[in-house]
Amino acid sequence: MSWLNHAVKNPIGAKAIMAVTGMMLTGFLVAHLSGNLLIFAGPQAINAYAEGLHKFPAVLWVARGGLLAAFVAHLYFAAYVTLGNRAARPQPYAFNNTVQATWASRHMVLTGLVMLAFIIFHLAHFTWRVTDPEIRAMGEFDVYQMAIHGFRQPAVAGSYLIAMAAIGLHLSHGIASIFQTLGLNHPRYNRSVRFVGPLLGVGIALLFASIPLSIYLGLVN
Amino acid sequence: MKLKLHVWRQKDKAAQGRMVTYDAENISPHMSFLEMLDVVNEGLITTGEDPIAFEHDCREGICGSCGVMVNGVAHGPQDATTTCQLHMRSFQDGEELYIEPWRAKGFPVLRDLVVDRSAFDRIIQAGGFISVNTGSAQDANAIPIRKAEADEAFNAAACIGCGACVAACKNASAMLFVSAKVGQLSLLPQGQPERQDRALNMVAAMQQEGFGNCTNQYECEAVCPKQISSDYIARLNREFIKATLTYPDAKK
Ligand code: HEM
Ligand code: SF4
Ligand code: FES
Repeated sequence: MSWLNHAVKNPIGAKAIMAVTGMMLTGFLVAHLSGNLLIFAGPQAINAYAEGLHKFPAVLWVARGGLLAAFVAHLYFAAYVTLGNRAARPQPYAFNNTVQATWASRHMVLTGLVMLAFIIFHLAHFTWRVTDPEIRAMGEFDVYQMAIHGFRQPAVAGSYLIAMAAIGLHLSHGIASIFQTLGLNHPRYNRSVRFVGPLLGVGIALLFASIPLSIYLGLVN
Repeated sequence: MKLKLHVWRQKDKAAQGRMVTYDAENISPHMSFLEMLDVVNEGLITTGEDPIAFEHDCREGICGSCGVMVNGVAHGPQDATTTCQLHMRSFQDGEELYIEPWRAKGFPVLRDLVVDRSAFDRIIQAGGFISVNTGSAQDANAIPIRKAEADEAFNAAACIGCGACVAACKNASAMLFVSAKVGQLSLLPQGQPERQDRALNMVAAMQQEGFGNCTNQYECEAVCPKQISSDYIARLNREFIKATLTYPDAKK
């Protein structure tokens, strides 16, 4: 395993792992989003989908395991990369300036940590159902009811919206970054990547945000 | 022109440095930035103070020794220009300027604005040499290369090793520099025999020198006086990942 350790504990290997795991996590978000959007098709559609997911427990647990592994690796290498970068400039500049780096690219740790806090809250809220006794009392697969009840509360809807902003920012840098980090780069598609990456990131966040927002505003009952 | 300068003063490697304020008077807008510092230094010498140490050699943008931060931008505000080629007309009369040395663990400050860039030399050495028995040089035209690759290699070869990419990078990463060196030789036929070793060894040397990790913010290419593109970093990533996955010996 020392070969593997050597291959990833370096500036490029570590980023490559972050890119691959970031891609897996993004893939999960897209799948999760397509499921969630069924809420606009009514209670039957989304509840049947939620129940359907549990029909194949083996598949579900493999997917969860893979996702957890990707998440832990992403976090581990985020820490590795960030600590290395802090150490690389022990003395800061008296006059700080930025020429072209985007806000999103400079705040990946911040948006990442907001996402981490959110993911824990989100699991506690809808998966473990420990934050709200009324949700606890609902049937396990009455996802529709849980969402309606949850997002009627301004604090809950608001915290979801903040998290979606973090996801949009993280991915607006992250998706295009995957290509650069893995060396997938060619004049033929570079410009598209740098345009479509942020578009996709913001698009995913907006579609996710549409759910708590439309429930809070009473557009979905 | 008249300017207010805040300059980093530090006696030697071990000393504690600090920003010191100076007035720069009688500056012609046609002077280069280094000539402006020369004028300030004349004044300091006549009052018996130590002149501000800064590194310079060619003063024509090819040796890479003159870089300083001006208001947080490596080589100052003008695109594709080294500090020595920057003219005072790029500034306003009365402007306040913060002048600092490159800041990176890999570039320790030796004195005032002068940093030790020998980490770059060691990275270059880690790239090895081209293992071709030379004898007398063969006719250049005997080694075929496509024009597109020759141009791409030449663009990378324009790197003068100034270190601005490290200085500008929020992570003090040396990826643009290393990518220019690895990129250039990986594109040329003469660079093929040690292509994989070069990518692996130069990245290892960069890491050992304490430079940071690239987070794709591209501050480096924005300040590079030779306009090396961050596309070379993607090329380096590709070279390194390929070499890691396909290295022929099962060493380590
Ligand atoms: C659902 C969760 C997440 C997704 C989908 C995601 C996605 C991504 C992607 C696609 C990248 C780009 C990789 C690259 O540079 O090539 C990335 C980078 C990064 N992520 Fe995440 N991430 C997630 C969670 C987190 C969390 C919880 C943190 C916690 C700190 C985090 C911190 C970072 C950092 C520091 C980077 C590197 C920034 C850079 O190199 O530009 N991420 N992420
Ligand atoms: S890549 Fe550009 S900024 Fe970096 S050392 Fe070479 S010339 Fe200087
Ligand atoms: S003094 Fe040689 S590049 Fe500026």
